[in-house]
Amino acid sequence: MQQVTSMLDILLLGDWNTRIVVFGTAMLGVAAGVVGTFLVLRKRSLLGDTVSHAMLPGVVGAFLVMQAFGGGGKSLAGLLLGAAVAGVLAAWAIPVLRRSTGLKDDAIMGIVLGGGFGLGIAMLGVAQALPGGNQAGLESFIYGRAASMVRSDAIGIGITAAVTLLIASTMAKEFRLLCFDESFGRAIGRREGLLDLGLMLLAVTVTVVGLQSVGLILVIALLIIPASAARFWTDEFVRMVTLAGVIGAVACWIGASVSAMAPKLPAGSIIVLTLATLFAFSMVFGTRQGALCRIVRSAGLRRRTDRQHLLRAAAEWMETSGVDRWTIANLAPMRSWSRGRLRLLHRRGVRSGDVAVTDDRFMLTKAGRLAADRVVRNHRLWELFLIRHADIAASHVDRDADLVEHVLGEEAVVELEQVLTRGDATPQSPHPLGGDP
Amino acid sequence: MTFDYDGWIILIGVLVAACCAVPGSWLVVRGMGMMGDAISHAVLPGIALGFLISGTRSGGWMFLGAAVSGVLAAVLTQLVHRWGRVERGAAMGLVFTSFFSLGLLLIVQTADTVDLDANCVLYGAIELAPLDTIDLLGIEVPRVVVPLAIVLLANVLLTLVFYKELLASSFDSALATSQGFAARWIHYGLMVLTAATCVACFEAVGSIITVALLVAPPATALLLTRRMKWVLVWAIGLGGAAAGLGHIAAITVPGWILGGGLDTSSAGMMAVITFVLFLVAAFAAPGRGVLARRWATRRDAMRIAIEDALGLLFRLEERSMDTDREVVEHLLRSDVRIGPRRLAAVRARLRRGALARVDGTCWQLTDAGRSEASSLVRAHRLWETYLAGRSTIPTSHLHAAAERLEHVTDRELVEELEAEVGPQREDPHGRPIPESDLWN
Repeated sequence: MQQVTSMLDILLLGDWNTRIVVFGTAMLGVAAGVVGTFLVLRKRSLLGDTVSHAMLPGVVGAFLVMQAFGGGGKSLAGLLLGAAVAGVLAAWAIPVLRRSTGLKDDAIMGIVLGGGFGLGIAMLGVAQALPGGNQAGLESFIYGRAASMVRSDAIGIGITAAVTLLIASTMAKEFRLLCFDESFGRAIGRREGLLDLGLMLLAVTVTVVGLQSVGLILVIALLIIPASAARFWTDEFVRMVTLAGVIGAVACWIGASVSAMAPKLPAGSIIVLTLATLFAFSMVFGTRQGALCRIVRSAGLRRRTDRQHLLRAAAEWMETSGVDRWTIANLAPMRSWSRGRLRLLHRRGVRSGDVAVTDDRFMLTKAGRLAADRVVRNHRLWELFLIRHADIAASHVDRDADLVEHVLGEEAVVELEQVLTRGDATPQSPHPLGGDP
Repeated sequence: MTFDYDGWIILIGVLVAACCAVPGSWLVVRGMGMMGDAISHAVLPGIALGFLISGTRSGGWMFLGAAVSGVLAAVLTQLVHRWGRVERGAAMGLVFTSFFSLGLLLIVQTADTVDLDANCVLYGAIELAPLDTIDLLGIEVPRVVVPLAIVLLANVLLTLVFYKELLASSFDSALATSQGFAARWIHYGLMVLTAATCVACFEAVGSIITVALLVAPPATALLLTRRMKWVLVWAIGLGGAAAGLGHIAAITVPGWILGGGLDTSSAGMMAVITFVLFLVAAFAAPGRGVLARRWATRRDAMRIAIEDALGLLFRLEERSMDTDREVVEHLLRSDVRIGPRRLAAVRARLRRGALARVDGTCWQLTDAGRSEASSLVRAHRLWETYLAGRSTIPTSHLHAAAERLEHVTDRELVEELEAEVGPQREDPHGRPIPESDLWN
């Protein structure tokens, strides 16, 4: 019972100390989500990865300098400053190298990552060999101190994250331009290079701060995943940024409080795994780009297309044969569909009231006939348009019209009518009807 | 420095470089340069599971686990990229960070019983590799040489066999598919090869060299050549050079800087050298380097300036205008926009080429200069006439367009223009088109 109470205490932020830590981390989550959206939209998702690795020489360098000037060389502020300087340097080097070599971003980021981290390792080797060096713990610094955040850290993190968030949201309009229309931004006088650098500075800040709470490898996830998940729910920029911020905050809140409950579950891991779960959920169920809704949408389109094919085949059968009843065998040669499939389409047609059946012979109902007329009319209008205005031969036009007619809206049909000015009547088919012999 | 130790380190480094260069070159041309780093983090859960199953820190289980989770991460990245329509970099980032945190979580669970550190479990160290030897056909060789040689052989063989397929699917996946093999399977194959190579190299020499050697030498090679075959060859060579130089730098450079017999991590230094080689190539590569491109730009600018000066003198002569030195140089500065320093160079080149000279206080075209200037002005006015008839550029703007085109018009193009323009004797501004005395 007592355990449950303490769990609730933590989750609902009852405990003052936990409340500070959780709040600071959640703040970081919002900032990372927002800044990360810009990075992801700018296709620089892995910038955080490069920058975080390239911080190692900065950390070691700061340590060496501080030690040379006396002192233990382990002041947190000094190490963070070194990390930030190296991070900014790496972030600046990426666009410079890309412009001067013409190579792609990913190669440049990989090279800077390898070279930077290698330099860090080499410097670490020197630090180890130096007499009196007390470099132990520097490496764990770069990999983060997963679960051991204290209150003073949390306050600092929260404040830095809040400032970052403030800057990011006031500059949102400029960054959006940078993401979507660089050349327009240049044309109206936005300094692209300066904005790019600004964005990278924000990313470096988030990375340095994230170092404290989730570790350097995992802060990359905090930058990438919220934005990628938000993308499944909306196409709209402001909503995407907001949603990414919320996702980041939720994951950090869960991660920090779970880790406060169970010391064996490091905050960084829980945060990232929560993010991964949210991403997987969004990828499947997202209402905009999610897999499920895409499947449903394309299934709907396929059904509509099938129905229109059946209706048109029936109408064309009636037009060529003069008989208003048909069997499966009559329609089978008109398209490349199997008998089984055709039977299925007929069953669906009967169910939806387009087609009536009397002992194995089918006919269109009144509603079906109206619908079929409209379908045939759209098809022929489109064929005529293609023949007249796109120079497609009459013998080939059936195929091409078939590709577009199912997605023609009412407006497009009205426009076609105006272009072709043929009144209400359904035009003659420009090519012989019936399937291939 | 003894061969037994340092020689083996360099040899192992060269071997790793060759192993990495082959899949690395394909990754770089496919825009997946960050793959090595992603796999280096993504193997963690496999290592942890391998440890949990076997209970020991050495042995095949951890290697197997690493390979499986590396391949799994690569495949999952591709699935997220394709099904979720997530940009490839983002897909990579979210998969490997998730894997890494899962691994971290597993390791923390075991941390009570054994000291299993997140970043040095499987990762070997190149400095230690020569010490662990086995007997191979009577010769004592470092143990890691064997798996590395096998991986290298597999990489080279597979690349030779599937070269055409890899090439087609890297640069034109539609072509690849239309040729009857699925670009997708080639891609998955490459991912598996990359993951296996990475894991073998991590185990032998550690992750940092692997990640660096996978990207930097192929990217450097791309600055030196554009033929894929040569990219592969150069990448292997550059990687090998970086390995050798890196080790030598590791044992000498710290000593130079800080004195004493200091040395440092060979792995780190090798990675640094790959970066340095890249910077050198980016700066000095023939054709694509910064230096070469700047030089080409300057040469073009110089040629254009000289041509503009000749054109100016020709037009002044044509209108029987004053070619007083100060007037001409003022016009060159204000109309043709030649800066003072370039002006001096232009003057010197004109004099040296015997194209124009200062006669008393006046500029004077020589015969050679006049003939060159006349063909230039001819190209200019042909362009104006041509554009006036065939484009919507207003007459007042024709000059600016022709001014640019005249510098890139060769003899063939002039002949085509002549044919197009016909027996026109005047340009749209009423100026005569000079006869081509040079070519006819």
